[in-house]
Amino acid sequence: MTNSPIVALHGTPAVAGGNAPSEICHSPLAPGGAHVRSVRDEFHGDLLEVSMGPHHPSTHGVFRMIATLDGETIVKLKPVFGYLHRNHEKIGENTTYLGSMPYTDRLDYLCSMTNNWAYALAVEKLAGQPVPERTEYLRVILAELTRLLNHTCLAGFLLQDTGASGTPLMYAFREREKILDLFEALSGSRMMCNYQRFGGCRVDASPEWLEAAKRLADGYNEFLDEYEALITGNEILMARTQGVGVMPRQLAVSAGITGPMLRAAGVDYDIRKVDGYGVYPRFNFRVPLGDHGDTYDRYMIRVLEMRESIEILRQAFAQLPSGPIMDPKAKIRGFKPKPGEAYGRIEGPKGEIGFYLISDGGANPYRYRVRPPSFINLTVLEDMCLGHSIADAVIILGSIDIVLGEVDR
Amino acid sequence: MTDSANTPTPLSDADRDELRRQGILLTSLEELYNWGRSHSVWPLQFGLACCAIEMIAASMARFDIARFGSEVFRPSPRQADLLIVSGTVTKKMAPQVVRLWNQMPEPKYCIAMGACAISGGPFKQGYNVLKGIDRYIPVDVYIPGCPPRPEALLNGLMTLQEKIRGQKLTGPNAPRHLRADDACEYPVPEFGETDLVPPTNPEVWQPPTIVRPDKP
Repeated sequence: MTNSPIVALHGTPAVAGGNAPSEICHSPLAPGGAHVRSVRDEFHGDLLEVSMGPHHPSTHGVFRMIATLDGETIVKLKPVFGYLHRNHEKIGENTTYLGSMPYTDRLDYLCSMTNNWAYALAVEKLAGQPVPERTEYLRVILAELTRLLNHTCLAGFLLQDTGASGTPLMYAFREREKILDLFEALSGSRMMCNYQRFGGCRVDASPEWLEAAKRLADGYNEFLDEYEALITGNEILMARTQGVGVMPRQLAVSAGITGPMLRAAGVDYDIRKVDGYGVYPRFNFRVPLGDHGDTYDRYMIRVLEMRESIEILRQAFAQLPSGPIMDPKAKIRGFKPKPGEAYGRIEGPKGEIGFYLISDGGANPYRYRVRPPSFINLTVLEDMCLGHSIADAVIILGSIDIVLGEVDR
Repeated sequence: MTDSANTPTPLSDADRDELRRQGILLTSLEELYNWGRSHSVWPLQFGLACCAIEMIAASMARFDIARFGSEVFRPSPRQADLLIVSGTVTKKMAPQVVRLWNQMPEPKYCIAMGACAISGGPFKQGYNVLKGIDRYIPVDVYIPGCPPRPEALLNGLMTLQEKIRGQKLTGPNAPRHLRADDACEYPVPEFGETDLVPPTNPEVWQPPTIVRPDKP
């Protein structure tokens, strides 16, 4: 056998020497779960270290994976973060409470409306600020529209990752533009809405806007039917995703996974039901659960969630009361909450998005901490990828639904 | 083409129109070359942050960057003509961006898309954010916005096309790739003790001089 070490694409040689004894890579998070025996004998040869990213078309931004491969099988995967670390939390501590609102848009830049809501919820808890009923309904409408937007984009990007280049993403972005038109009409910006305020929201939705949003929600099932007819039963998609990247239920709970990923593993945990924040207890909707925890389940959960979101939207439009959108006692200028701490969380499209704030009575938070769902969901990437091929790692990463603005902050 | 004695007298527009009616198209090599290049600018498929989503949106059905010949997003820098720096460049990412720029073959162009790529944008005060990618690589077009709309990116692309069409093949105003003495490798910054080393590339970026009007 050849004894020359294969030089890794990045940095040091992957494995020094070709005759190292066989080893078992155990995942620390999964006791008795996924493990891969990597044998290096004359048939298997050396391991190869491949650095994917930070510039790679499939990493959804500037994420880097250092994968150790035995042939094409992943035996070790080390994620490298921080290429988009924009000092979000430090800036939040040096800005006023309201000044951080536009920054939350740029956390998870696909879902600015839910980020706004989570942050507003945390500050409202901190200051004991009530919110008018109409605003609560508007928040639900916007959050569910954001969920539609995010899951649609995810379905498009996931298909892009499997190699269906272009077409599914075109369908997804066609719908995304329709939702962005609504956001733009309401808040003035397509992506960075900066819409919520503490104790209300910035502008009221006009009857025309509500009419347009209602039309979109009513027509969305049609798009989903079309998309599902193209994609869901597709044999190639099934072959590429079913049984790939299985996440056991126990691992999902112990690693703190939230959102569609957790529910795809079969855990019934939805903060809309658990916390019942806002006016969600008034709506009748179901929480879809998966039973395999594989990539296909994670895709299906999102499609089913979109259908439930449409139901919530229909009920919200029917129940939407008239009234003020801003609490008359809400303070915009000179906003200084009393000393204390608060944690506000909502069920964002990617999982539990939460903001933890400590106030020392000043105009700026003393501590400003974000609980980013996709960062915590990303921690199980290695456990899901072990034993699969490098091409599957791309799909598994796509099904986690990461946004680097939120992962690195 | 500085020697005026050798310059042929240009045709008038009326003459050109007459020739075109007869099925004869007259052009110069320079015009043809630049026309071809300006309508086949292939961008690098390279997203950094929020602006990348708008860059993707620009390549999708509604905005359709294919109308401008730039729909071929190449994953490899070796096949790309245009680097769209779409998002915040952090100090950890800056060496990679410069390396990608070095790996692209000439002639190559750079668009700084969004406030972050231009100056650091809303994150300018952050300790980890590069205050503008033009400190390391030459930028051809700046697109302001946070993020710029896809239409703004298209406008930036059209501005770049205009710039390409105006380039001369010879003479002192020839672009970088036609001048033998010009550097085509840009120094890649490294991580120093507290900051990137060097903090800027003085060949492409000088601190702006502030001119104050004299007090009356």
